[in-house]
Amino acid sequence: MAEVTPLRPASSSDSSIELVCPAGTPAALTAAVEAGADAIYFGFRDRTNARNFPGLNFTEKEAGEAVATCRAHGVKPMIAVNTYPDARDDAIWRRAVDVAADLAVDGLIVCDMGLLAYAAKKHPNLRLHLSVQASASNPEAVKFYQEAFGIKRVVLPRVMSVSEIADLTRAVAPVETEVFVFGGLCVMAEGRCALSSYATGLSPNKDGVCSPASHVRYEQEGDVMVSRLGAFTINRFDAGESAGYPTLCKGRFASSARTGHLFEDPTSLDATTILPELKAAGVKALKVEGRQRGKAYVAQVVRSLRAAIDSDSRLADPATRQLMEGQGRTEGAYRRDWR
Amino acid sequence: MDRVEIALGPLTYNWTAARRASFYEGIAADPTFDMVYMGETICAKRQAINGAVMAEAITALEAAGRKVVHSTLSLATTDPERRAIADLVEDPSLTIEANDAGALRGVVGRPHHVGPHINVYNPGTLEVLAERGAVAMCLPWEIDRKSLDVLIRRGRDLGMVMEVEVFGKAPLAISARCHHARAYGMTKDGCQYVCDRDAEGMAVDTVDGQPFLTLNGLQTQAHAVTVLIAEIAELVNMGVGRLRLSPLDLDMSAVAAVYRKLLDGALEAPAAEEALLALLGERDPANGFYYGVEGSTWAA
Repeated sequence: MAEVTPLRPASSSDSSIELVCPAGTPAALTAAVEAGADAIYFGFRDRTNARNFPGLNFTEKEAGEAVATCRAHGVKPMIAVNTYPDARDDAIWRRAVDVAADLAVDGLIVCDMGLLAYAAKKHPNLRLHLSVQASASNPEAVKFYQEAFGIKRVVLPRVMSVSEIADLTRAVAPVETEVFVFGGLCVMAEGRCALSSYATGLSPNKDGVCSPASHVRYEQEGDVMVSRLGAFTINRFDAGESAGYPTLCKGRFASSARTGHLFEDPTSLDATTILPELKAAGVKALKVEGRQRGKAYVAQVVRSLRAAIDSDSRLADPATRQLMEGQGRTEGAYRRDWR
Repeated sequence: MDRVEIALGPLTYNWTAARRASFYEGIAADPTFDMVYMGETICAKRQAINGAVMAEAITALEAAGRKVVHSTLSLATTDPERRAIADLVEDPSLTIEANDAGALRGVVGRPHHVGPHINVYNPGTLEVLAERGAVAMCLPWEIDRKSLDVLIRRGRDLGMVMEVEVFGKAPLAISARCHHARAYGMTKDGCQYVCDRDAEGMAVDTVDGQPFLTLNGLQTQAHAVTVLIAEIAELVNMGVGRLRLSPLDLDMSAVAAVYRKLLDGALEAPAAEEALLALLGERDPANGFYYGVEGSTWAA
């Protein structure tokens, strides 16, 4: 892996709020380190992680190199093993936990109760973070995982308002909270969504995919471009409209009430305008979604968020806004009126 | 082999009080249902307006000898939602079916059921739950037959009654936002309870007019009705302890009777399937999840 130079001294990672950044490739990891990440999360190249997309993720060897790179620059490495192990054979999930433990990562991000039990018992010193895929959305749920498995941090679902986050953060201390601030927006409770399974037979929970590319087709019908997922039309685009990726919950559908984006517009989460509120809510870490993104995206987003956090301000970088899906943005559930 | 029971799942739709009363009157009168799951699993706002009639139904069901289990909300973020769960789990006289980890915490150490909204995908998770007091478990809808085989056998070994959803519209997603209200240009807070306009949820079609999904308040369900019937013999062999039927706006006693006759050997699978499909009327059947393929498909 190439030598990288952090933009700031490693000691600044001790600041009260942590910037947790995605890496789908070693190149993206290097970009995130250079751009000022405090922590970087990544996963292995199989269905043990929820971004099981072709060409992404890390071999065991690459994971070792990634941890070394992080350590050399004062960045915390975290590994996501955040799908639900197969009933018939959970060997790759257990192996992923063991490898992460051997690498002594700063956080193992897990959602499955059985796997949490395994990790807690076999690797008592391994720091466990509860993945957003566990959908722990109230203090009682977080405490269940804390009491059962000793989790140290919870990644909160993108379904909570800022005031709910503040209440929960107070209620679950010393368990830390981590929230998504930028990137893809799940409008459904994470880990509770089988929409892709219904349309394609491939499951977010079991296979780590959402609206998998293997089942996407674009078909030209006269002037209209039709995007399909499995047997279902997700959208139709007139000539001149750009045909976006058919993410199921961002498609256009018909109902007796209305026809349109019934679940969500093709939009992304951008909570950077409320960074001060999230900080005041007591969250420990701000997370950027996007392990499927390239290194240029990661560099741009991480750099601008780093600047916003360090200057205690609200991000207003038009270049970063341009990167978002459909170029629409929303603060999602963080603002109560989203509901 | 033990007698396989039949359970009626919680009502997932926002029926009016009158409709609820007459529906559960019928269920109370029908001994085919060994167990009835009650409780609002989708939206706490519905509970506020239907609590009284549902409480009366529970009393009547228990008086008639039906075993009642109280199912909790599947997604709780707001204070009223959390309160709804706490009100159930804090009552030690109730048998609870937990549908999120928060409810699970409330029943740790006392016998309880685990609902289909808890992610149970492997034996490790079964063991965690059994250790904490689970005595029965209804597995998630998307689990395929090969995994069901492993989970049902292991669950039985751990002393749990293993339950499978064999009839109804599969829940596919839940959100803190109400997409049902949103379709009408409203929000969850100001929803005017529009989800009561559709007895089985509001149909969502593709823009090409192909039936696809169902909006049901905060929940998104499948369009097609999951029907496992030719598969029952296999499930019985695995050791399933109870079959769960999720209420639709049709004669659920007739549906239950088909399953009972099939289980008792009074009806062959092909005839049972024919009878069920007739009861479905215009509704499309599906069983793809069971076979590990697209959940929307029907492998006849």
